Amino acid sequence: MELVLAIGIGTLAASGVWLILRPRTFQVIVGLSLLSYSVNLFIVAMGRVRSGAPVLNAKEVGDAGSFADPLPQALVLTAIVISFATTALFLVVLLASRGLAGTDHVDGQEPEA
Amino acid sequence: MSGGSGLVIAPILLPLLTGAGMLLLNGERHRSIVAGLNVGATIALVCIATLLLGVSAAGTRDVYQLGNWHAPFGIVLVLDRLSALMLLLTNVLALASVVYSLARWHRAGAHFHSLFQFLLMGLNGAFLTGDLFNLFVFFELLLAASYGLLLHGSGLARVKAGLHYIVINLAASLLFLIGVSLIYGVTGTLNMADLAARVPAVAAESRGLLEAGAGVLAVAFLLKAGMWPLNFWLPTAYAAASPPVASIFAIMTKVGVYVVLRLSLLLFGDDAGASAGFGQEWLLWGGLATILFGAIGTLASQDTARLGGFSVLISSGTVLAATGIRQVGVTSGALFYLVSSTLGISAFFLLVELIERGREPGADMIAVTREAYGEADEADEAEEEVGITIVATMGLLGIAFIGCALVIAGLPPLSGFIAKFALLAAALHPADHPGGAIPGNGWALLAVLVLSGFATLVATARAGIRIFWASLDRTVPRVRVIEMAPIMFLLFICAAQTVLAGPVMRFMQATAQSLHAPAGYVSDVLDNGAWGSRQAEGK
Repeated sequence: MELVLAIGIGTLAASGVWLILRPRTFQVIVGLSLLSYSVNLFIVAMGRVRSGAPVLNAKEVGDAGSFADPLPQALVLTAIVISFATTALFLVVLLASRGLAGTDHVDGQEPEA
Repeated sequence: MSGGSGLVIAPILLPLLTGAGMLLLNGERHRSIVAGLNVGATIALVCIATLLLGVSAAGTRDVYQLGNWHAPFGIVLVLDRLSALMLLLTNVLALASVVYSLARWHRAGAHFHSLFQFLLMGLNGAFLTGDLFNLFVFFELLLAASYGLLLHGSGLARVKAGLHYIVINLAASLLFLIGVSLIYGVTGTLNMADLAARVPAVAAESRGLLEAGAGVLAVAFLLKAGMWPLNFWLPTAYAAASPPVASIFAIMTKVGVYVVLRLSLLLFGDDAGASAGFGQEWLLWGGLATILFGAIGTLASQDTARLGGFSVLISSGTVLAATGIRQVGVTSGALFYLVSSTLGISAFFLLVELIERGREPGADMIAVTREAYGEADEADEAEEEVGITIVATMGLLGIAFIGCALVIAGLPPLSGFIAKFALLAAALHPADHPGGAIPGNGWALLAVLVLSGFATLVATARAGIRIFWASLDRTVPRVRVIEMAPIMFLLFICAAQTVLAGPVMRFMQATAQSLHAPAGYVSDVLDNGAWGSRQAEGK
């Protein structure tokens, strides 16, 4: 489980970093999305990975160690919402840039060959 | 000291409600109502911030527990001297730039006023929160509003700068999240006071992870603060922003500086055990490099707005370097400097557009804006004829320019000089060994500050000569009272800060002392009376 999660986070983050360093705005936005997925997984992982642990059992006062930590899940939810909103906003700016500059290069102009 | 007055949450709620209400009223017909609401709400915010400053100056920390949940389980807002000071500074700058925008700029695009209020909400929240994750939420809020405001007025230059600005800040937000979750993974809390209490007890094998988290977090803040080498986006973005927006953006780098100052002293202060002083050297040398980069940039910039952008870098670099020295005297000088330089730079950004109005490069920018909003153009012109224009325009502009230059470069008689003097006096005579040899970091700071002051002076003098003396073909720009008044207001505060330097400096010293003794903050927030006894019972 840990290994799969770690490889998943690493692959997503590496692909994301590669993509945001690319010159086209669309590549950048996909890169940012991949990076935000990897960060969200990372937050979950930081709450200690444990499969099948409940957040709460009805009518049971147990050891806190046997439950999943709910806080990272709340954090991830907030982070997902925020990154979704900012990605949408970035998409608008991307389109505006494409319309005004006539190119999808991140600098608003094609590099001189 | 818990419970607190409900007033602490007002600087967050008021802009939220005002901004949301404005969205309902948006449109051409309601523009004057919306503008009036914005000015009214901002004036109210200045009054609230002044009241809160009065509360905090008495030495009490006002801790507001949302939903009455005790820290560290609930979310808290903490008002102490530093946050009250930053609140007042933010809202004063906001008032100046919103009044300035009424002359013409608020017509250059949609939703200026509501975005402006949301920006204020994010800024006020970031200064008040006592919780790392809420800090993230408020950061995102102020950034989202700032993306909109940076693009205000549209045009290719702004969209290009905005694109880079957004990508950089989105990447920084991800780093922020990584840092926060690493710290949570090690300590199991996100409340700043609780963190400060737990950092000394972190096990040796987890300490590396904690410090890595803090480092990643610091990169996110330093990017906002504009520390070299994370600041190449800043001068371009600030120069492209419309003047009232650039003016309020002057405080945005200070949010990063504020968080670095607060967290480094709270989490890695002298009581932090093995982690004490973490990152101190980085801040010092990074800050010095930022000042040098800013100084070279001011000398190299042809455009007056870019000159302002590089001055922002010098200003935040100075405060960062002072944070790295970590002494009560230096910190209080740095706080004095922070207030004075932010006011000066903010006034400078407002002034730049007025003086460039009669010249080609500035005219270009406005023309681009006009082009994008073609129809509004004629109505604009007609209305301007009616506005009151100032007679001795060039004289007033010249005086304001000299005032800004003196504050930014740190020359007597204005507040910039007192600030730098206090900073250097404390750095050269450290309190821990009085009369001893001057430490190396004191010499380094002295050299870099004097050099940067000189560079700023040369650059502003050159710009002043170019604008006011050397150009023959310039037309005298039409300037309205409503545009000149905010600049004079900001410079007047700088002058007041100079005249009242004694009381202001005492306030800064008290602020610095409480920052350097985080134990008081921790016990106030965690409310040891109630929470500590319950914890003891449980054991």
